[in-house]
Amino acid sequence: MLVVDNISLKAGTFELTNITFTVDQGDYFVILGISGVGKSLLLESIAGLIKINSGNIYLRGKNISEEKIQKRNISIVYQDTDLFPHLTVFENIAYPLRSKREKDIEEKVLKTAELVGVSDKLSRKPDTLSGGEYQRVALARSLAADNDIFLLDEPLSSLDAKSKRELRALLRKLNRSGITIIHVTHDYEEAVSLAGKIGIMEKGNLVHVATPENIFKHPKSEFVAQFIGIKNFLPGKLKSLPQSDLKEFIVNETRLFCLTEADDGDAFLLIQPEEISISNSAESGSARNHFEGEIIDIARAKIGVEVTVDIGCEVVALISAESMNSLGLKIGNRIWTNFKASACRIYN
Amino acid sequence: MKTISANNSFLNLVFTFLGGVPLLFIIAPLAGMYLSTSFGSLGEAIGSEEVRGSIWLSLWTSMAGTILFSFLAIPLSYLLARKNFRFKNLVNGIIDVPIIIPHSAAGIAVLGIITRDSFLGRTGELFGIKFIGNPAGIILAMAFVSIPFLINAARDGFAAVPERLEKIALTLGASPLRVFFTISLPLAWRSILSGFILMWGRGMSEFGAVIIVAYNPQTAPILIYERFTSYGLKYAMPAAVLFVTVCLLIFIALRIVRRKK
Repeated sequence: MLVVDNISLKAGTFELTNITFTVDQGDYFVILGISGVGKSLLLESIAGLIKINSGNIYLRGKNISEEKIQKRNISIVYQDTDLFPHLTVFENIAYPLRSKREKDIEEKVLKTAELVGVSDKLSRKPDTLSGGEYQRVALARSLAADNDIFLLDEPLSSLDAKSKRELRALLRKLNRSGITIIHVTHDYEEAVSLAGKIGIMEKGNLVHVATPENIFKHPKSEFVAQFIGIKNFLPGKLKSLPQSDLKEFIVNETRLFCLTEADDGDAFLLIQPEEISISNSAESGSARNHFEGEIIDIARAKIGVEVTVDIGCEVVALISAESMNSLGLKIGNRIWTNFKASACRIYN
Repeated sequence: MKTISANNSFLNLVFTFLGGVPLLFIIAPLAGMYLSTSFGSLGEAIGSEEVRGSIWLSLWTSMAGTILFSFLAIPLSYLLARKNFRFKNLVNGIIDVPIIIPHSAAGIAVLGIITRDSFLGRTGELFGIKFIGNPAGIILAMAFVSIPFLINAARDGFAAVPERLEKIALTLGASPLRVFFTISLPLAWRSILSGFILMWGRGMSEFGAVIIVAYNPQTAPILIYERFTSYGLKYAMPAAVLFVTVCLLIFIALRIVRRKK
């Protein structure tokens, strides 16, 4: 659907070099990278806000590299300062609508507002909205435009945890309804939680494009490897348990207990290596997960030692060298891994 | 040992005293003018058709110039705020020239382009428009000296509108013209209105440039000057008080409107 073919550009101190990727209809593509690597610049060049120096951008087979911004059918939503401050929420959502019949406009605005959950805010001005409401209205306005692709530039960065969670659910819902999204962020949790495909960006280059699982299991870049915790990144299924606040995460044959608000179904699980303790027998504390397994690798980490244990799936525990010596750990030993249900982070 | 707040209070006191002097410098002459004008003489000025006519002429010619030139000044301001081009600094400098040159010289300059021998003068005559000694000439003279106030205020207003909002509007399918009228102009409106008020006010109080282009019909500043030179301070004062009062009332009203917007 969208093909970015070898584009390069220079804008001030920022530079993009030979960026190539493809986004299919209905994809949720997340571009992940630290601040200042050119993520926003890439989005703005796709939207036509910044001219590319070389390469081509194709949308539905048509070369749009020289197309005017207003003819591209691509919306962009920023972190904040998106909404027109002099217009009400209704007027903001109605802005892209050009129908001559006021009734058509009203119908479309009401429908869109309902979809994103701002029906009761239509007469408000943007400066009276909370961060979450503000971003919902920005999304509603893009929806009303009926554009082919949504470009989201760190749309959740300035939100509190609750609003972030709600907005993520909304973005997933929009994506499931068929909307193609390209989303840039520096937050790997956000990326894992939303992406169907992730592109890792470093110093103006897109260095790795793959599924979240591949990105974190087989990191091709320092940047990805920097994220502590990506070692225990497991795909599986989440299932509610009757009469319990816990849920069950099934990976291969192994069933882990999780304390999460995530929805049942396909999901990813992340456990920080330092959240996993190792013992010679099952611990009797508050931890709900105790698995016996075989040590398959022991490697010195930047701090401490990483012990990889096969418990039906591979998990990595970070322990001190002193603990390793006192437990007498060796490759091939059978030991117990223990971690709390609340240490399991689930991303749908 | 003195505390920081004690030092601040002393500084505030000194600054308040120093700052009060220029404020007094503005208020005192005006207050003096009002206090030395009797109600009787003010009533006579109000009753004088000549005085009322000159004030009305000042008001409408300046307003006409402001409205007329705003159609040209606002697009220029937008370009200056949004586009980078060669000699932009020179253009910005040229815009300020009418503020710094003597206004009698400004009048001479305007006169030069509206005489019968000039292109504008000849074109005007073709359509039956005379500039010299005519409201059309007064409008041009007033606009010449006051247009920098509108251009500068509007330019600053457009510059303060986040460019991102205009770009977002484009991504929503709006044409650049629609973006200008629905986003840029409404968001810069407060500054434009300030510039509008300043241009109007500066234009209606213009004396030097107007007297060279049109001694007659007399605008209020020329009438006040003529009364002063012909009959003295006492005779000029009531007309001056009336003109100043009208100006003040209009400006206060416009500033209230601006604040409400």
